[in-house]
Amino acid sequence: MKKLLVLGAFAAMLASGTALADTSGKKIAFSNNYAGNSWRQAMLDSYGIVTKKAVDDKVVGAADIFTTADKEVPTQAAQVQNLILQGYDAIVINAASPDALNGAIKQACDAGIVVVSFDGIVTEPCAYRVVVDFKDMGKQEVEQMAKFQPKGGNLLEIRGLAGTSIDDAIHAGILEGVAAHPEFKIVGSVTGDWDQTTAQKAVATILPSLPDIVGVVDQGGDGYGAAQAFAAAGKPRPTIIMGNRQDELKWWKEQKDKDGYKTWSASIAPGVSSLAFWVAQQVLDGRKDIPHDLLVPYLAFTQDDFEAALPKIKEGGVATHEYSQEDAIAAIKANIK
Amino acid sequence: MRPEMTAAPIDNSFRGSAARNAAARARLLRGLLPALSLALVLLAIAWLNPRAISYFGFNLMLNLAIPIALATIAQMFVIAGNELDLSIGTFVGFVGCVTATWLKDAPLIGVLILLGSIGVYALLGALIHLRNLPSIVVTLGMSFVWQGLAILVLPKPGGKAPDWLLAIMSFKPPLVPFPIIAALLIGLVVHFGLMRTSYGTILRGSGGNPAALRRAGWSLLKTKVVLFALTGLFGVLSGMALIGITTSADANIGNGYTLLSIAGVILGGGEFVGGRVSPIGAVIGALTLALAASPLLTFMHIPPDWQVAANGAILIIVLAARVLISRKER
Repeated sequence: MKKLLVLGAFAAMLASGTALADTSGKKIAFSNNYAGNSWRQAMLDSYGIVTKKAVDDKVVGAADIFTTADKEVPTQAAQVQNLILQGYDAIVINAASPDALNGAIKQACDAGIVVVSFDGIVTEPCAYRVVVDFKDMGKQEVEQMAKFQPKGGNLLEIRGLAGTSIDDAIHAGILEGVAAHPEFKIVGSVTGDWDQTTAQKAVATILPSLPDIVGVVDQGGDGYGAAQAFAAAGKPRPTIIMGNRQDELKWWKEQKDKDGYKTWSASIAPGVSSLAFWVAQQVLDGRKDIPHDLLVPYLAFTQDDFEAALPKIKEGGVATHEYSQEDAIAAIKANIK
Repeated sequence: MRPEMTAAPIDNSFRGSAARNAAARARLLRGLLPALSLALVLLAIAWLNPRAISYFGFNLMLNLAIPIALATIAQMFVIAGNELDLSIGTFVGFVGCVTATWLKDAPLIGVLILLGSIGVYALLGALIHLRNLPSIVVTLGMSFVWQGLAILVLPKPGGKAPDWLLAIMSFKPPLVPFPIIAALLIGLVVHFGLMRTSYGTILRGSGGNPAALRRAGWSLLKTKVVLFALTGLFGVLSGMALIGITTSADANIGNGYTLLSIAGVILGGGEFVGGRVSPIGAVIGALTLALAASPLLTFMHIPPDWQVAANGAILIIVLAARVLISRKER
């Protein structure tokens, strides 16, 4: 992980030196619909760091951030329309709704503006979508679990926010993983809403009715709560997959120091906002071969590298990774088949 | 509240012409206030981003103001009857979901659902009047009902607006942008209906002096039902207009409209009690709010951390200015 970061930083330095001058006059706006949790704050921070450097290095002319006051769709639609009027060349967007912004997105495309969506993506075909492979993440959770619990056993699944595409994809991946590893069986499922307290309550409620659990597969933001619930119930500590949150990794480290506890951690890096920025820059640069749907890897930590990452995460925050132009070019290349 | 300012032509005929002139002048000033604030916001936008003052610019900046204006008119009808509707936002969202699903796939059923929902509004008016319930409580409850129904109709974002609706909302008339024509049309039609017809006067009177109306033999039940039905009608128009612009729906799409519509009525020169409302003012108020909240904010280039707070500050400034000026007028 650390090596990757260093390499990334090095590549960014190189890239800024060799960047084409084509986009130096281009203006990229970021339309964001919500800033009220640690993940979104980290997302804005990463975006700010990467774009400030890009502007200083004259890779792009301007990269401004616009956050709407509420989570409402019409407000963000109006914001996109105003960004069109402002004369931006590209709009990077984390959208309030996958469908209901399509009218405004289409207007932007018709005005010749490049639209790149990520996290909260938009379905309008003219826009680009930077999507994290959540299904693979779910599958990988079971793969990793098989390494720590080679004998198999009962699993508890913690789901995310109901009705979202992310929850759906991770769940599908977990099911696929369990199908490939018949030694595991999901004996219980609760809804944790990606939130420690919700997850803790939900797990505490279901625990008494469950047989012995060897592992917990979840969606991130819920691992620490699950650990608390197991400890409070006096049940043996299972292998809990983590989700890159600071409190989760901290708990992992405490357990590891105590008795060599092993697990795995993965989540979408908030810094994917910076990847979306570079994709927009690449499109403005004149690249015509970029697919409109870009699948990018999630951010994972293993037993060997999570401790190095821990001090860099803010208290109550989430691990992130700032993507460089080189990362973006590599991600685009990986998606061209 | 001065009773003589309420729309009661009977009073006026007994008074001297001097008093009548003073009242007319005060009313004129009131009427000009919303226009003045709109002009101020437009000037600020023109100064910050001259490119926005164009046919293309007005189209983009104002098209989302049409559903807000319609929702504001809807809110204005209940406010005219001394009530408040806290459910208009989720109702607009519900209508949006029906528009993007039933109205496109099975137009007849869609129309029936929408007419039925206007009927529900009329029944609410009757319920509030007959049981003497506070409208805030009833409509707050209804807001959850509409939200729940919207999620039932459209569990996840999607659907598609009917083609004819898309065609109407993207209509590009020569010279004058469509949103401006639509706003004028809405304002004038409602102004004529509510301010220039005799039953419109009765409707406003039901908020201004219900006791006098009852003594004169008018049915307050009927006025309340009509006011609520009109709210439902304009709520439906608002939801349809919104989906015509966004092309696709989301169960939460209208939630912000409740407070925007109330602020629009007040900014447009209306009062919470006394049947004092102004349809043209309400439309202008809605346009001002739509412009002040989004384009102005976007063009000001405020650091992201402060944008949310700045949005609130702009609304407070605009509303406070309205209150200050109308104090002076008294």
